[in-house]
Amino acid sequence: MPEQTFIVNGERVTVDVADDVRVLWVLRDLLGVKGPKYGCGINVCKACTSHINGKAFNPCAVPVGALSESDEVTTIEGLPSQVDDGARGEHGLHPMQEAWLDRDVAQCGYCQPGQIMAAVALVHKVRAEGRTITDADLDSIRNICRCGTYTRIREAVREGEKNM
Amino acid sequence: MTTSDTRLTVDRRRFMGYLLGGATVVAAADLGLLQGTARAEVPTLPQPAEIADLSDLLTLAAAPTSQLITVTINEDGTASFALPRAEVGQGITTAAAMIIAEELELPVDKVHVTLAPARPELLFNQITGGSNTIHAMYTPIRVAAAIAKGALLQAAATLLGDSANALTAHLGQILAPDGRRVDYGRLAALAAKDKPEAVEVELKDENAHAVVGTPVNRIDALAAVTGTKEFTTDLDVPDALPTMVCRAPTLNGTPESVRNADQVRKMPGVTHVAVIPTGVAVRAATFGQCIDAVRALDVEWNDGPVAGLSDEDVLANVRSAEKVIPTLPSAPGSETVEGDFTFWFRSNSAMDTNSAIADVRDGRAEIWASLKNPNVAQGLIAEAIGVPLNNVTVNVVQGGGSFGRRLFSDGAIEAARASKAMGVPVKLMWHRADDARVGRTHPLATSRVRASFAGEQVLGLQQQHTSVETDFRHGLGDIITAKAADLPAGLGNLPFSQTIFLLTTIMPYDFGAVGQTLVETDTRFNTSSMRNIYSPDVRTANELIVDQLAARMGKDPVDFRLQFLRNGRLRTALEKAAEAAEWGKDMPKGTAQGVAVHVEYKGVTACIVEIDCRPETVNRKVRNAVTGPRVTKATMVIDCGRPINPRGIEAQMQGCINDGIAMTLTSSLHLRDGHFEEASWDNYFYTRQWNTPPDVEVVVLDSTEPPGGVGEAGVAAAAASVACAYARATGTMPTEFPINHRTLSFEPKPRTPPVPQSPTDGLDHTY
Repeated sequence: MPEQTFIVNGERVTVDVADDVRVLWVLRDLLGVKGPKYGCGINVCKACTSHINGKAFNPCAVPVGALSESDEVTTIEGLPSQVDDGARGEHGLHPMQEAWLDRDVAQCGYCQPGQIMAAVALVHKVRAEGRTITDADLDSIRNICRCGTYTRIREAVREGEKNM
Repeated sequence: MTTSDTRLTVDRRRFMGYLLGGATVVAAADLGLLQGTARAEVPTLPQPAEIADLSDLLTLAAAPTSQLITVTINEDGTASFALPRAEVGQGITTAAAMIIAEELELPVDKVHVTLAPARPELLFNQITGGSNTIHAMYTPIRVAAAIAKGALLQAAATLLGDSANALTAHLGQILAPDGRRVDYGRLAALAAKDKPEAVEVELKDENAHAVVGTPVNRIDALAAVTGTKEFTTDLDVPDALPTMVCRAPTLNGTPESVRNADQVRKMPGVTHVAVIPTGVAVRAATFGQCIDAVRALDVEWNDGPVAGLSDEDVLANVRSAEKVIPTLPSAPGSETVEGDFTFWFRSNSAMDTNSAIADVRDGRAEIWASLKNPNVAQGLIAEAIGVPLNNVTVNVVQGGGSFGRRLFSDGAIEAARASKAMGVPVKLMWHRADDARVGRTHPLATSRVRASFAGEQVLGLQQQHTSVETDFRHGLGDIITAKAADLPAGLGNLPFSQTIFLLTTIMPYDFGAVGQTLVETDTRFNTSSMRNIYSPDVRTANELIVDQLAARMGKDPVDFRLQFLRNGRLRTALEKAAEAAEWGKDMPKGTAQGVAVHVEYKGVTACIVEIDCRPETVNRKVRNAVTGPRVTKATMVIDCGRPINPRGIEAQMQGCINDGIAMTLTSSLHLRDGHFEEASWDNYFYTRQWNTPPDVEVVVLDSTEPPGGVGEAGVAAAAASVACAYARATGTMPTEFPINHRTLSFEPKPRTPPVPQSPTDGLDHTY
């Protein structure tokens, strides 16, 4: 069995698993990192959204063999440590997570780790383009919430953006 | 008042209950001694549901076992409560914690609410449905908490040498007039009883509530945003390896034989392959390897019961079951309006697919799953694997949504069968494609409405709803009624559906002779309630005809409704909605407002939306998506009785608005050649960010009525208001829902293999 080595939430991990197993299953079933959720397995629902080297990606659509030793995967569990201590909020979390708490966004909560990871990446993306989040940007978020808490997601993304 | 009168009159704040024996304080309510829970204030022209509705039925059924609901005070000063209901996002754990905190004088964060496992002794008191949890449990939880507080006061009186009446409870401490104080934690063991003791208790005055009625964030929010909230597939049960099921290419087809089981067993990671009644189960080290194995299986299948059929065939079948609509009253010069509406199959698939962990070994079974009906699950699992009921433990896990689906235990039964067949624990998960195609649906239905009017009066309205059977074989929370509902040929289910239709259907207008009937036919589909039962369809058909009546009589839709509404609470809600939404404001051509109202779950809702049907909006492009008309603004006003948690109620209304939009505009299942085509969230078009209104306002009205249900309360008014807005914006009354059903907006995925392979190009799509 090939050895797969990469970085998860700041720690280097090595797993014995075939190249073609998607990263989502390596995280969830083999490493016990349960923040990224399964919602479709075909990169549609976005419930597993995490970051790779600081950019949003969907681990259900990446074979583990495609990762290199230096690739850094960040899941919701590792998001707080992506900002300095001083930038964290009253719960010690990333500003986007704090905005989620402030707006009481979650209902069932299943899609929320993916929503938050997508929101953080969206803010980084529009900042890189030298602008702030618009309604059109919010409309472009593909993460599904079957409870329908979209209104609060939109409010929280804007609040998180301000505090990031 | 004489003494005998006093005995006959039960103060709404005085209740009986028990202090149970135990190491610390355990208090239980006894609602069996509660009088007058079904108050009948007979209104004029009442429909059955206006006298006693589904909420009353469920609450009354639950009351006799309420003394089995207990609140425990722990030695660390916290309180524990195992809620005999399922939290699936609707916020009942938070509401329960608030009610306990209020009555016990504890901070909300000192109240731990967990979900009770299956408790068959609770009979009808462990079903989560009909948005009934708070209606049924508000008083029992208060009584149990108040009894616990009384025991703490008594113990403190002994400890402090003061009388209990002189003491007050505040934020987890008992305070004496001289300033001495003692923590609940220290009193917990002192207040414990050796054996049960009946006590009488007076509840806190609701007007003095300081927690109930204020906005409180969810008690599980921190876990949700940090990824630590555990759903079924997140649980670590030793040796419960990932398991999936390979399913037939037709709906409910069954496996005949497996041609390559030995080869599949040798695939990487695969440990077991076993035939179960619903397909072929595979167990592997990862779910990814399960997907590979499911795709590799070569199975000979028996066709399912609708092989070869399309939804047009099912509609024709429903049409043939339609009955003649009764004659309407007429008068000289009277006219009629009518409508004939079709509602296609819709999916109640949640984000968290049907999943369950099962460990069936040595004649015993332990199950972990999100179940709204765990006692029925326990009975069905015992039957399925052939072990005594007492040998089956069913643990209820928080669910990632339900929308009616978790009333049934399809995944849990499959997991038990797979574990038994394999002889090892399994963590069984439905693929999204399974959940969309084989999971339960809101049944296809037609609704025909006819109304007559003369001058200023509506003389009568008749509605006949004809539907594929809605499955109520989950019973009322216990295995006995579930079995009664499961008599052959739909004969057991029929009384349930007729009763539930009667108990949930209210036409809130003074329209003279009103008749609403249900005909159900066709038992071949996997159906269930879907965040509301009949009402979204029934009310959409109603409210479109109400708008037709208003137009024919030359009246504004809101003015017309206010004139004919016979429910004062609803009139208030509609007036508030019209004001908040600026009803009647100038709107550009191709856009319009729409209004609808609804009565259910002991409350009322009024919804006004604005829709944009202009070509530049309808034709906007989003990759692999349905765009179409956009609801740009939604205003929902709800009076749900005494609000427990306004923040939670607002959240539920926001969700209901998105459900209503989906039901009317975008989301349906397409049956083709014996199977549903949808296999992805990009096939089944639930509301997405590009469909949701950018502007949403929810108004929660204050009320002193008993608290009602909120999880489903807004769907019917939302769905109907969107339909009415669409009709006004386009000048054409829609007759099929969702309006886009006849356009298949995606390329269907194959049926063999039954699940799609995960892509490999994820790194090309980072952002």
